Amino acid sequence: MSRAVVGFLQVVVLVAGAPILAGLVRKVRARLEGRAGPPIAQPWRDLRKLLGKERIVPEHTSWVFAVAPLVVMCSVGLVAAIVPFASTRTPFGSAGDLFAVVYLLLLGTVFLALGGLDPGTAFGGMGASREMTLAALAEPTVLLAVFALSVPAGSSNLSAIVAATLAHPARVATLQSVLALAAFAVVTLAECGRLPVDNPSTHLELTMIHEAMVLEYAGPDLALVELASAMRLAVFAGLLANLFFPWGIATTTSPLEVVLGMAALAGKVACLGVALAVFEVFVAKLRLFRVPELLAASFVLAFLAVTASFFLT
Amino acid sequence: MSFVGACIFTACVAGVLACAAGLALPARWSAPVVGALSTVMAAAGLAGGVAVLATGHVWAGRFPSVLPLAGVELSLDPLGAIFVVATAAVAIAASVYGVGYAAPSRAARALVPLFVLSLLLVPAAASVTTFVALWEVMALTSLLLVAAEHRHRPEARDAAVWYGVMTHAGLVVILLGLVLFAGHAGGESFTALRAAAGEMSPLVRSTVFVLTFVGFASKAGAVPLHVWLPRAHPEAPSHVSALMSGAMVKLGVYGIVRVGFDLLGGGPRWWGLVVLAVGMVSALFGILHALVSSDLKRLLAYSTTENVGLILIGVGAAGVSAAGGSRTLAAVAMAAALLHVINHALFKGLLFLGAGSVVSATGTRDLDRLGGLVRSMPVTGATFAVGALAIMALPPFNGFVSEWLLLQSLVHSVSSTSATLAVTMPVAVAVVALTGGLAAATFVKAFGTGFLALPRSPAAADAREVPPSMQAAMIALAGGCVALGVAPTVLGGALDRAVGVLAAVRDGSPLRHDGVTLSLSGIRGSLSPLMVASGLVVGAVVLLGALRAVGARGPRRRAENWGCGRSVQTARMEYTATSFAEPLQRVFDDVLRPDHDVDVSHRAESRYYVEAVAYRTAVRDAFETHAYAPVLRAVRWWGRAARRLQNGSVHRYLAYAFVALIVVLVVAR
Repeated sequence: MSRAVVGFLQVVVLVAGAPILAGLVRKVRARLEGRAGPPIAQPWRDLRKLLGKERIVPEHTSWVFAVAPLVVMCSVGLVAAIVPFASTRTPFGSAGDLFAVVYLLLLGTVFLALGGLDPGTAFGGMGASREMTLAALAEPTVLLAVFALSVPAGSSNLSAIVAATLAHPARVATLQSVLALAAFAVVTLAECGRLPVDNPSTHLELTMIHEAMVLEYAGPDLALVELASAMRLAVFAGLLANLFFPWGIATTTSPLEVVLGMAALAGKVACLGVALAVFEVFVAKLRLFRVPELLAASFVLAFLAVTASFFLT
Repeated sequence: MSFVGACIFTACVAGVLACAAGLALPARWSAPVVGALSTVMAAAGLAGGVAVLATGHVWAGRFPSVLPLAGVELSLDPLGAIFVVATAAVAIAASVYGVGYAAPSRAARALVPLFVLSLLLVPAAASVTTFVALWEVMALTSLLLVAAEHRHRPEARDAAVWYGVMTHAGLVVILLGLVLFAGHAGGESFTALRAAAGEMSPLVRSTVFVLTFVGFASKAGAVPLHVWLPRAHPEAPSHVSALMSGAMVKLGVYGIVRVGFDLLGGGPRWWGLVVLAVGMVSALFGILHALVSSDLKRLLAYSTTENVGLILIGVGAAGVSAAGGSRTLAAVAMAAALLHVINHALFKGLLFLGAGSVVSATGTRDLDRLGGLVRSMPVTGATFAVGALAIMALPPFNGFVSEWLLLQSLVHSVSSTSATLAVTMPVAVAVVALTGGLAAATFVKAFGTGFLALPRSPAAADAREVPPSMQAAMIALAGGCVALGVAPTVLGGALDRAVGVLAAVRDGSPLRHDGVTLSLSGIRGSLSPLMVASGLVVGAVVLLGALRAVGARGPRRRAENWGCGRSVQTARMEYTATSFAEPLQRVFDDVLRPDHDVDVSHRAESRYYVEAVAYRTAVRDAFETHAYAPVLRAVRWWGRAARRLQNGSVHRYLAYAFVALIVVLVVAR
C-alpha cells in the first residue's frame, strides 16, 4: 500500500467515523442521564436528510458565506490526511507539522466566523465574536502544548513525535507529558465547542457560540458545517490519542498493519468519546467570561510542561 | 557600469524626473506621467535588488562630488537588497495606484517619487554621512506627505507634529550613536566601521548599540516609541500609508540589523534579549490596540507595530542564539525575520491600498459605518480578504511561512542553552501565539464588519468600485501574497545570501529546499506550502464533485434571515466592529483600560422617565497617557516658567546682562 493510499484511507475513515463518534457521545450521555437517546448512527441520517434538501441562502450574503463550508471541510480533511492516525508514514508527512495542523484548523474557524458575520444578523455576529475570542485565547495553549511535545522529540513533525514516543514509552509517564496532556485536553474542549465552554446541544440563542455562528446555514451547506465540526472533534481526539498513547499505530504501510492501526485508533477515539460524554454529564456550562480563566489555567499547565521538559531532564 | 549600477542610476533619474513632472505638468497630465516614471523607478530598484540577491555580488559606487566634503558612498549587498526588493514591490503597486488616487495637491504628487527614491537608496548607503543624509530626506518627504491633507483634516497637523518630533528625536539619537562609532573607528565608511568594531571596548560598543537601537526602534514604530504611528499612518494619503507601513518602518529594522549584527558584528546576549523583549511588548500591545480600534487605518497602523514586534522577536532570537554559539538557530531566526519583512511589505501594502479604496469610495474609515462592500466593490473586497488571511498567518498565504519559521527557531532555541532561555523562549512562543490568535480576531473583525453583511451607513450603501489602475495595484500585491505563500522556496537562496552578510549569524545556508519542501538545516522540521495549497485545492474539487454526485449542488434560493419572529432586518441590528471586539476588550480590561461614559438624560416631567441614553467608550493608548503626557506637561511647565524671564522690563534685561558679564569674567579669568 502506498503512502497516498494510507492518507486517502485516513480521510475516508475520518469522514465516515466522525459522525459516529458524535452519535456515540450523544448516546452515552443520554443513557447516563436516564434517557434512551437517538441511535448512534443518527448524525449520519441527519446528514443524509440535509444533503437532500434545497440549497437556501439568506438574502444579502456574498461568496464568503458560500465558500466558508467548503473551506472548513477542506481544511479539516487535509489535517486528516497529514496527521499520522493509522500509520506514521503518511503521504504529507513532510508537508506539514503540528504547527501547520494548528493553523489549518484556525483557517476553518476564521472562515466559519466570516460566514457567521456575512448574513448580518445579530446572532451570527455574536457567535462569530465569541468564537474568535475563544480561538484567540486558546491559541497560546495549543502552541505551547505543541512546543512541550516537540521538545523530547527534537522536532515538531508529527510522525517524529509519535515515533519518539514509541521508541521511549517511559516518556508518557513523565511530568511534562502529563501536564501537556492536561493542557491539550482542556484546549480540545474549547476548540471543539464542548462543555464547559460551549454546549453543542443548546438551542437557547444567548448561550450559543458555535451554533449561533452557523444559524443561517441550511440544507447541504449545513451538512458540511456539521460534518466538519464532527470531524474536528474526531481529529482532536485522534491527535490526543496518538500523541500521548501511540501504541497500535502502524510504522509501515503494509495493509494489515494499517488496518490494525485504524482499528486501534477507532478504539482509542471511542474510549475518549465515552470519557467526554461522562465528563459532560457532570459539568455545567461556564459563563463566557469565566472561560478565559479556564484557558489561562490550561496555559499555565502548558507553560509548566515546556519548562519542566527543560529543567527536569 | 554594471547592471546593478545601471538600475540604480535609472531609478535616480526616473525619480527626479517624476518629481519634476509632478511639479511642472498640469494636473490632468501629471498623474499618468508621474505614475509611469515612478513605476519605472521602482521597477529599476526591483531589478537591481533581485540581481544582487540572485548573484550575491555586492555592488559598490563612490560619488565624491555629489555631497560636499564627504561624498556619497553607495554599496548594495544582499542584506540591503532584501529591503530594496520589499520597498520596490510596494512602490510599484503604490505608483500604479497613485494614478487613480486624487492627490491633495501638486506638491504632494511630486513628493511621493522623491520619498520612494530615498526609501530605495537608504539600504544602499555605505557611509555614515550618506546614510544620515538619505535618512533625513526620507524623514522630511514623509513628514510633508503626512501633512499633505491638512487643509481637509486638521488632525493631519497634529499627526505631523507628533511624527516630526519623534522622527527627529530618533535621528538625533541615531546620529549620536553613529558619530560615536565613527569617532572611535577613525573613519566614516561602513567598511572602516566594520573593521574597527572588533577592537572597541565593550562599553563603547554597547553605547553605540543602545543609542542606534533606540533611534531605529522609533522609526520602526516599536513600543514605547510607536505613538506617532497610529496618528501619522491614517492621516497620510493611502498609497503613502502603504509605503510608510510597508517599507519605511522596515528600514528601522534594517538599521538595527545593519548596525547591531553587521557593523558591530553582534554582541553579548543582553542585546538580543533587549530586542526580543521590545519585540514581544510591541507585538502584544500593537495587536491589542488594533483589536479594539474601529478606525480601519488606525487598526492597520497598530497592526504594523505588531508585525514589527514579530520581526524584532526574530531579530532578538537571532542575537540570543548567536551569542549562545548556535549559529544555525540564529540564521534561521534571522531568515524568518527577513522573510517577514518582505511578507509584511506585501500584505500591509495591500491592506492599506484596500483601505484607501474604501475611503475614496465611501469617505469614511469608521468600520462601524461600513459594511456590505464585498458586493459593491468585488475586487477591493476579494483582495482585502487575501491580505487579511495573509496577515492572520493562515496557510496557504505568505504570512504563515514566516510565522512558521519564527516558531521553529524559537522552539528549538530552548533545548540547547541556559535557564534564562528555557523561560524566555516559551514566553516568546506564547506571545507569538497569542498575537496570532488576536490578529485572527482583529482581521475577521476588519473584513467581516467592513466588507460583509449590510451597509451601516448611506455612504457605504452607495459605494462604487475604484478605477482599474487602483484595482490592478491591489491585484498585483494579492498575487504576491499568494505566490510567496505557495512557493516561498523561490526566496530560499536570497535569504541565505542576505543572512550570509551578517558575520555574527553566518552559517552556510540555513534554509534547504528542493523546490517544493522547505526544510531547515540542523533542525528536523519541514513544511511544504505547495503541497498544503494543492491539498486544499484538490480537496475542494473532490468535495464539489462528491456534492454534485449526490445531487446536493443544485441552484440556490435566496430567503429571508431567521429573525426570532421579527420580519424586517435592518443594519441597526448587526454586530458592529466595536461590539465584535467587546468580549476581548473585556478580557484584556486591565491592559487596555477603556473609558466608559454613560449619559442618561431624563424627561422634564419626571425623573422616572428616561429621554435618552448616550454611551461612549474609548480606548486610549496607555503609553501616551502615562509616559508622554507627563513629559509634555513638564516641557510646557518649563516653557511657562521660562516666560517669566522675559517680562518687558528694561531693568531686568540690564540685570541679566550684568550677571552674565560677571559670570563670563569669573569663568574666563
